Amino acid sequence: MEIVLSLAIGVLTASGIWLILRPRTFQVVVGLSLLSYAVNLFIYAMGRLLVNAPPIVESGGVADPANYSDPLPQALVLTAIVISFAMTALLLVVLLASRGLTGTDHVDGKEPD
Amino acid sequence: MAFADQLIIAPILLPLAASGVLLLLSERRLRAKRAISIVTTLLLIIVSVLLLRSLIAVGLDGATATRTYLVGNWPAPFGIVLVIDWLSALMLVLTNIIGFTSLVYSTARWDAAAPRFHALFLLQLVGLNGAFLTGDLFNLFVFFEVLLAASYGLMLHGSGAARVKAGLHYVAINVAASLLFLIGVSLIYGVSGTLNMADLANRIPGIAGSDMALFQAGMGVLGVAFLLKAGMWPLGFWLPTTYAAAAPPSAALFAMLSKVGVYAVLRVYLLLFGTETSPLSSFGAEWLLYGGMASIAFGTIGVLACRSLSRLIGFSVLISSGTLLAALGSGEGAVLGAVLFYLVSSTLVISAFYLLAELVERHEIGPDPSALVEAVFDDEDPVILDVPEDEIGVLIPGTIAILGGGFMLCALLLAGLPPLSGFIAKFALIDGLLGLNDQIAPSTWTLIVLIIVSGLATLIATSRAGIDLIWAPSEKPQPVLRLAEAAPVGLLLGICLALMVFAGPVMRYMERTAYSLEDREGYIRSVTEATRTASQGGAGQ
Repeated sequence: MEIVLSLAIGVLTASGIWLILRPRTFQVVVGLSLLSYAVNLFIYAMGRLLVNAPPIVESGGVADPANYSDPLPQALVLTAIVISFAMTALLLVVLLASRGLTGTDHVDGKEPD
Repeated sequence: MAFADQLIIAPILLPLAASGVLLLLSERRLRAKRAISIVTTLLLIIVSVLLLRSLIAVGLDGATATRTYLVGNWPAPFGIVLVIDWLSALMLVLTNIIGFTSLVYSTARWDAAAPRFHALFLLQLVGLNGAFLTGDLFNLFVFFEVLLAASYGLMLHGSGAARVKAGLHYVAINVAASLLFLIGVSLIYGVSGTLNMADLANRIPGIAGSDMALFQAGMGVLGVAFLLKAGMWPLGFWLPTTYAAAAPPSAALFAMLSKVGVYAVLRVYLLLFGTETSPLSSFGAEWLLYGGMASIAFGTIGVLACRSLSRLIGFSVLISSGTLLAALGSGEGAVLGAVLFYLVSSTLVISAFYLLAELVERHEIGPDPSALVEAVFDDEDPVILDVPEDEIGVLIPGTIAILGGGFMLCALLLAGLPPLSGFIAKFALIDGLLGLNDQIAPSTWTLIVLIIVSGLATLIATSRAGIDLIWAPSEKPQPVLRLAEAAPVGLLLGICLALMVFAGPVMRYMERTAYSLEDREGYIRSVTEATRTASQGGAGQ
């Protein structure tokens, strides 16, 4: 599972970085979204990978932390997802405004000569 | 918990609640909006001054004055904790003064250029105040996002092709930087298991050798995110263009935004890497030193090369950040008092200069800001423009003299000529750098030369701009200056003059702040030993 997850993060990051270096605004937005997926998975992975280990401790008795996954990265991921989603939405608005005002979808607002 | 302790969270809650109210009000009720936001920023100044006074009351001698506020009443490493110490109190006062002056300035015309200016402005203050108060890295991220999200709105305020173009770059760069921030934070959490800064400082010695590289990588990535905000070379190319394109009141507040990056570096760096005994002692100091020096050099060239006043100020933001970072990197905390003095003085001047620049340039380039403002979306119909123009404020005679005088003050303060506070700051900085060791390192000499040369370049560039814009004979009629525009600039410059007159007591405060930053144990103990309050009336069981 580790190799699958790390490959997924790696491929998403590489594609994201390639896309944010492209000259079209939409490519940049998609690149940033891919990067944020990669980062979200990465945060999640930092809580260690466990299978069949819910982060909820049942009542009664002393719980052994080894049987449970770390709830904190999951909470962090939730925050990060919300924020990056909102930022992507905002970026799309700016993209549309830029397209409307400059008449081109180049990131610099004009086609290179 | 006593009322005085509850004050700690007020700088976050107050503007948050007020901006919520502002969103509910119709855009047509501009005057009510102005009243609410100005009262809120005034209250914020009062609260932050009260917090500052409560620290001073502890006394300027050795006692730890750090106080904590457990949000949610969970003990420190587990719950969210707000921390106020000398440094955060100082930054709070500075932020809220700049917030107040920029807001008053905006009421003269800019807040009517597009909807929801006041709500965004107050949200920006929420983010700034929160970033200075928070005690853990993840909430630092959250408040960074709050202030960034608001700053995107303020940056694009008024729209227009230039703003949207610069705004697109600004948003894209900062979203990327936030992702780096997250990578850094999660690496640090993965290695150390905590994000509370005080707890982290405790745990660094216990990190296994094999994990140390990962931890350092996390800290490095986090540092890149901070330094991008501060505008360190080569991460700061976006800054002059963005700030120049923003509406002047937004730009004046953004002067504080770049100092958030410097603050974060100061806080994290000194707490985690400052000690001699730590395995990570002075981690990354060379990066700060050489990166800072490169930013000073880049800013100096930029100041001399640029053609417009607002870009000139943008490059002096880079010089200011560079000086702070380089001094921090070279001194390892020894010149901290002077660094803080310089931070306060330069932020105030840059903010005042952004406001003043618009007044001066408007006279030269054209008086009508609506020419620069374009509506992009349907709901941005300028319904607001039916506010009668002449009702807004008192007009002031002799504008050229006032503008010229203010411009000269700004130029002298920015360049650091005696006897103004800019000079005192730079003098203290250079004096501290010379006194570091018996043998002065070549890098320190280079830094001192760079600081002096950058001052000279600023002086040349501002004189040139001043001659062009103010003293050259002009056919144009006398510009019109409103009280709401002149008073904020006057207030900011007045504070700079007060910094000069009361340099002694202010410097003592800065030295005390520097001492408390050195006193890591005091900070760590205050946070980790913060006591929970007993629940009252059965609430929160």
